Amino acid sequence: MDLGWLVLVSILKIAFVIGVLLLLFAPVLVLAERRQSAFFQDRLGPYMGGFPMPRALLDAIPYLVLGAYVVAALCGVMFAISLAMVATGNGQDVLFTEPVFGIEHTWGGLMLVFFPLAVIHLVAAKILPFLFFDGRLTIFGGLHALFDAIKAFTKEDIVPPRGDKFLHSIAPIIAMVPAFATAAVIPFGPTIYVDYLLEQLPADGAIGGTAIDIQVANLNIGILYIFAIAGTGIIGAAIAGYASDNKYALLGGLRAASQMVSYEVTLGLSLVPMFMLYDSLMLPDMIRWQGEHVWGVLVNPLAFVLFFTASIAEYKRVPFDAPEGESEIVAGYFLEYSSGKWLMYMMGEFIEVAVSSAIIAVVFLGGWEVPFLTRAGWEAFGYRFDLTGTGFDVVSNVANSHLFIIIVQVVAFLAKVMVLALISIQVRWTLPRFRYDQIMSLCWKLILPLSLVNILVTGIFVLLFQQMGW
Amino acid sequence: MEPFYEDEEHEGTLELPAEPMRINMGPSHPAMHGTIRMVLELDGETVMDLDIQPGYLHRGFEKSCERGNWTQVFPYADRLNYVSPMLCNVGFSLAVEKLAGLKVPERCTWYRMILGEISRITDHLTCNSASAMELGAFTPFLWCIKVRDWLWDVLEQETGARMTHSFGRIGGMAKEPTPHFKESVRAVLPQVDEVLLETESLLLKNRIFLDRTQGIGKLSKERALAWGVTGPVLRSTGVDYDVRKAHPYMFYNAVDFDVPVGHDGDNYDRFMVRFEEVRQSMKIIEQCLDKMPDKGPINADDPRFVLPEKLDVYNTIEATIAHFKIVMEGIKVPAGEAYGFTEGGNGEMGFFIVSDGSGTPYRVRCRPPCFYNLQACREMLIGDMVADIVPTFGSINMIGGECDR
Repeated sequence: MDLGWLVLVSILKIAFVIGVLLLLFAPVLVLAERRQSAFFQDRLGPYMGGFPMPRALLDAIPYLVLGAYVVAALCGVMFAISLAMVATGNGQDVLFTEPVFGIEHTWGGLMLVFFPLAVIHLVAAKILPFLFFDGRLTIFGGLHALFDAIKAFTKEDIVPPRGDKFLHSIAPIIAMVPAFATAAVIPFGPTIYVDYLLEQLPADGAIGGTAIDIQVANLNIGILYIFAIAGTGIIGAAIAGYASDNKYALLGGLRAASQMVSYEVTLGLSLVPMFMLYDSLMLPDMIRWQGEHVWGVLVNPLAFVLFFTASIAEYKRVPFDAPEGESEIVAGYFLEYSSGKWLMYMMGEFIEVAVSSAIIAVVFLGGWEVPFLTRAGWEAFGYRFDLTGTGFDVVSNVANSHLFIIIVQVVAFLAKVMVLALISIQVRWTLPRFRYDQIMSLCWKLILPLSLVNILVTGIFVLLFQQMGW
Repeated sequence: MEPFYEDEEHEGTLELPAEPMRINMGPSHPAMHGTIRMVLELDGETVMDLDIQPGYLHRGFEKSCERGNWTQVFPYADRLNYVSPMLCNVGFSLAVEKLAGLKVPERCTWYRMILGEISRITDHLTCNSASAMELGAFTPFLWCIKVRDWLWDVLEQETGARMTHSFGRIGGMAKEPTPHFKESVRAVLPQVDEVLLETESLLLKNRIFLDRTQGIGKLSKERALAWGVTGPVLRSTGVDYDVRKAHPYMFYNAVDFDVPVGHDGDNYDRFMVRFEEVRQSMKIIEQCLDKMPDKGPINADDPRFVLPEKLDVYNTIEATIAHFKIVMEGIKVPAGEAYGFTEGGNGEMGFFIVSDGSGTPYRVRCRPPCFYNLQACREMLIGDMVADIVPTFGSINMIGGECDR
């Protein structure tokens, strides 16, 4: 791989990671948070933001829906015909001279084309009316977050007259950048072997050719990098509290600093048992271990609970949101922030939720590993999913191809992260807030000793198993 | 304590002084209702001392009452405790009727009791759910406010207004009960009970909620009595003083209900006392609904105090003259003074009224439960932490309109 190629791939990877965080997780989490409150109150919720659409298009929607149904029906008929042709063995090579996906039957090829087409048109017909609301393109309210951001950035930016202008401006940047930077070492998917995209990979052994990790940087200190970078977020909160010239902000900044420093310790210690198990600090290695054995959460559920708790405390969400404490210290350390700077804090918080959910997914939920799916294809209890010679070999050829497996694994990883993030949103609507001293005593008197005990016990078991030669 | 001005020498510098930090909480603080200011002295997060200063409402209820006639006091009484306006309305009616020696029909009394107890439920639900929200638990708040809206639907159907009804009258009520009154109340009560159970299930087994409420904002029985505290705040300390039981008015001695009593006087006890009172209120409403007659007059038969029927006003000279006299000159309440009292949402709601025999009140003095409860707040809070101030203050249920007259 030459240098230009490497740079291009790296830029693409960074764009992918930032795109996933900004375009997928940030809007969905914002929406989930606000929708939830709307559901409780029988309100419509954040639904209104959108682009105005021309009248003609809006009037045409029912016809478009009808058209989509018709196309879906036609594709369904074609799919049924090609399915019947393949099943009866009447497929002939007419369309393609070269096999595609290892598929040699033309009718098989048509089958693969028409099935997705039918599904796509059916789904389109179902969701098309809901993309619009009140004459605007809203995409289920998904554009509302975008319009919120535009609104926030166009508002007046107020710096307290007696505050420290430089620190006040730089604090939100210090708070937001680490959230993005930590995403650099998260593997979103397995290694891509570019030369073998359409083929089935061997189950084990090294594979030559160009290989790309779906990970911006595979550092050998791996997860320690995350702790190191996340630690700098503390400075953002503390500076914000100091520079705002407001006593509530100062209290919030102090609370944030002490809480984050304390939980930083437990955050690291609660993961140490997992390092001992996986015998590595690199995130892809952890995932591969879990793929070969079993998900980390089943091996060490205590570490999962401790780390999940500590990470909620680390990104300062309910029930650990004492630094914000909207009822007592109004908004805590970002009380004096408005406009885009305020938005940077909020965005940083949601990105942190997504990133820490990704870390949990990697360390405890097997990352991009899907049960019964190996590098070589779908496999369960020694039985390979393979339909060769039945006439439906096209299906197994596609399902076991490298490209398809990568897509499934990336989607599975994003789904795991999304579920974890939505759980932490759900927690926010269920639990009351701890008091500041209760947060501290929970950290130092409960979580820290428990994680130390967990290290000890796990260490004993790891040594025991090594002695017994497992 | 010198609350108002910061030392000038600190201006323009940012520093962390070693002496206790002084913080102004309010009046423009979201939890202080815009009417209260607390000046705190903090050692870290611990409250060393605080000074509670009401007086930012500038409404002048008592003085305003001396300008209009007796009937025109009702809109002001509504706005005393705007979360349970019906209780204030009825309280003022009872005081004036006591001075005038007026007896309202039986049906009216039952009607007043039902509407009053509905108001009490809305008051307690608002207070408890807001206390939960101040601890960060948002969901119970939204649930309870939903229930409050159902109850307000009933009140709106009866009175025409959701919040400030101005529905009470001297010698009766403004309107008869609507034909569907009993059904709609009976329909809504089971729903209230259901949401109450849901809310309790979300909070009362929650360790965080218990840690945040138990043992916080404690008030002893003796100190509560010394401060003149009444209502749920007093009952949570273990004194079973409820005006409805101790000095029964209306038909409260004819209905069966219990007075819930706590024993620690902390936030948790206040929370539980309020929820139990909601249940007792529902019990009272059910009994009242059974006993309230479907037919009969709602206003006292006394042309000196009660407006004549509109049909008679247009058709008979006597009624026209009576209407004119009452509207133009106001009700002539006999000279003298009286103290009428009710159990309001937050405690004993008293009206001390003085009449000089004219159509205008000479003096209307309100005994607001909130003001006395607020006095005790300082003792509850000293030694607790900053985060405890707002929930404790919320559990007092200080209503600005009542506290600042």
